[in-house]
Amino acid sequence: MNNTITIALSKGRIFKETLPLLEAAGITPKDDPEKSRKLILDTNHDDVKLVIIRATDVPTYVQYGAADIGVAGKDVLLEHGGEGLYELVDLNIARCKLMTAGLNDFKPGSGRLRVATKFVNVTRRYFAEQGKQVEVIKLYGSMELGPIVGLSDLIVDVVDTGNTLKANGLKPMDHIADISSRLIVNKASLKMKHDRIQAMVEQMRKAVKV
Amino acid sequence: MTINNRWLLPQGIEEALPAEAAKLEHLRRQLLDLYASWGYQLVMPPFIEYLESLLTGTGHDLDIQTFKLIDQLTGRSMGVRADMTPQVARIDAHQLKQDAPNRLCYMGTVLQTRPDGFGSSRSPLQVGAELYGHAGVESDVEILCLMLESFKIAGVENVFLDIGHVGIFRSLAAQAGLDDAQEASLFEMLQRKAIPEIQAFLNELDLDSDVAAMLLSLAELNGDESCLKRAEQCFSKADESVKQALAYLQDTVSKLRQREGELNIHFDLAELRGYHYQTGIVFAAYVPGQGQEIARGGRYDDIGQVFGRARPATGFSTDLKTLVNLSVNQQTASVPSAIFAPCSDDVALMTKIAELRAQGERVIEELPGQQGDAIAMACNRVLIQRDGQWLVEGIA
Repeated sequence: MNNTITIALSKGRIFKETLPLLEAAGITPKDDPEKSRKLILDTNHDDVKLVIIRATDVPTYVQYGAADIGVAGKDVLLEHGGEGLYELVDLNIARCKLMTAGLNDFKPGSGRLRVATKFVNVTRRYFAEQGKQVEVIKLYGSMELGPIVGLSDLIVDVVDTGNTLKANGLKPMDHIADISSRLIVNKASLKMKHDRIQAMVEQMRKAVKV
Repeated sequence: MTINNRWLLPQGIEEALPAEAAKLEHLRRQLLDLYASWGYQLVMPPFIEYLESLLTGTGHDLDIQTFKLIDQLTGRSMGVRADMTPQVARIDAHQLKQDAPNRLCYMGTVLQTRPDGFGSSRSPLQVGAELYGHAGVESDVEILCLMLESFKIAGVENVFLDIGHVGIFRSLAAQAGLDDAQEASLFEMLQRKAIPEIQAFLNELDLDSDVAAMLLSLAELNGDESCLKRAEQCFSKADESVKQALAYLQDTVSKLRQREGELNIHFDLAELRGYHYQTGIVFAAYVPGQGQEIARGGRYDDIGQVFGRARPATGFSTDLKTLVNLSVNQQTASVPSAIFAPCSDDVALMTKIAELRAQGERVIEELPGQQGDAIAMACNRVLIQRDGQWLVEGIA
């Protein structure tokens, strides 16, 4: 029987801000993903491994049970859908906002708005709730370029300081959702490895800074 | 479509090659024999029927899962079954109309528009058993035992049972006076155990603080049997029906343990799969290494109502392909032994072949000018004529 607990994390901000929380649950990685090329990191426990993957892949790994636990931004979860996952704890890290943005002199025209984003589902749902039919253009990055080069009228993206928007002559407009990272758990794992996972969850929950 | 990809099957649609098909068929027979020995009669619902009857009383999820087309004879919408359970319920309610308990089982391909839990297939071979006409712990326990017995026969080991009761959430939602939209939102959050969101949602509703606390506690009431004790404390101010549901769960599990001995049982009072038509206990089975459930079931006492007769009902279903994939008895369908018969018009040989086949042997006849010998035809013996007699001999 497979007794290892696998935790899926993405590099960068989420990894850095999750480390102290993992520490509180008694878990420290043996390698630094920024320096190591390894995709699976050992920890101070033989039966706890970290897998380092792209942020948007974290819910997929956890949903299919390839990882028992993961840390994923609410933006990614909104886009992915909650199927097969538990979102047990708001870790209150990697906080930002999901917003619409446009050029400083943006004026809504009469035609259908074109919106560039990597959050296709969230964008469609948001504008539908507003009673607006929009054309969604899927991009994988550098959304800010969209309105500048005339690819789209608006963008939907996560906004932290707003500096990138400003530097590109864009302004944040409507607030769609507050984003922070969530501790997610595979349904089957919570049932079959309940005691160990529940203990980790409790320790991390206690360590969350409000 | 270019010549190169004409063989491609749609995503989630599989075919079974001989080795796998043999295993599937072997297990199919074993399971149907098992169900017959427990008194479950096989029924064969149609593969396609009018959408209304297929979807009546089943909720939105099944609607989305169902492939639809138009009947050229009547112009009405038809659906390909995505789940056989409602069909079997209809058969019990409308076609059989008996008052005594009725036990039915079924096995067949279902089609689903989206890959669902079981091994991400869109064409599972659904197999299941349903017991109608008894409202009580004993029939739920019988169904659970039959499901566990199916796993044993299939060679699926280390099964974890996950058990809940939809009556608890339903009563609490009623006690809180939630309207349909609020109940649906809360239900959706509970399925994700999104505790922070549930908290915010309940705060906004301005509910009685006891009721709100009870609804919130649902998301955390999971674990081993001690969770039922915790639930009793949490729900001390709940309606009587919540307490009855807890007692029902406790009773089911003690009776199950009496019959089955040691079991891995996990309780989860917020697990509400099939909430729209389930009415009592709900359960699922998990095995280590599989991120998703491998079987599910529960009580659904009202589903026959839309066909004119509400009957208490409980049952389970699983996917034959999933069971075969997880089976530890890989030897069940080991390479069969066969006898290779030479190409000949000899009547004595024909008689001998017929005799051997009647004894249950597999005899493969050589075709004139064919490629490959007995070994290439997967035979371990041959028929050889010695002194006018046809004899079976091992391949030297």
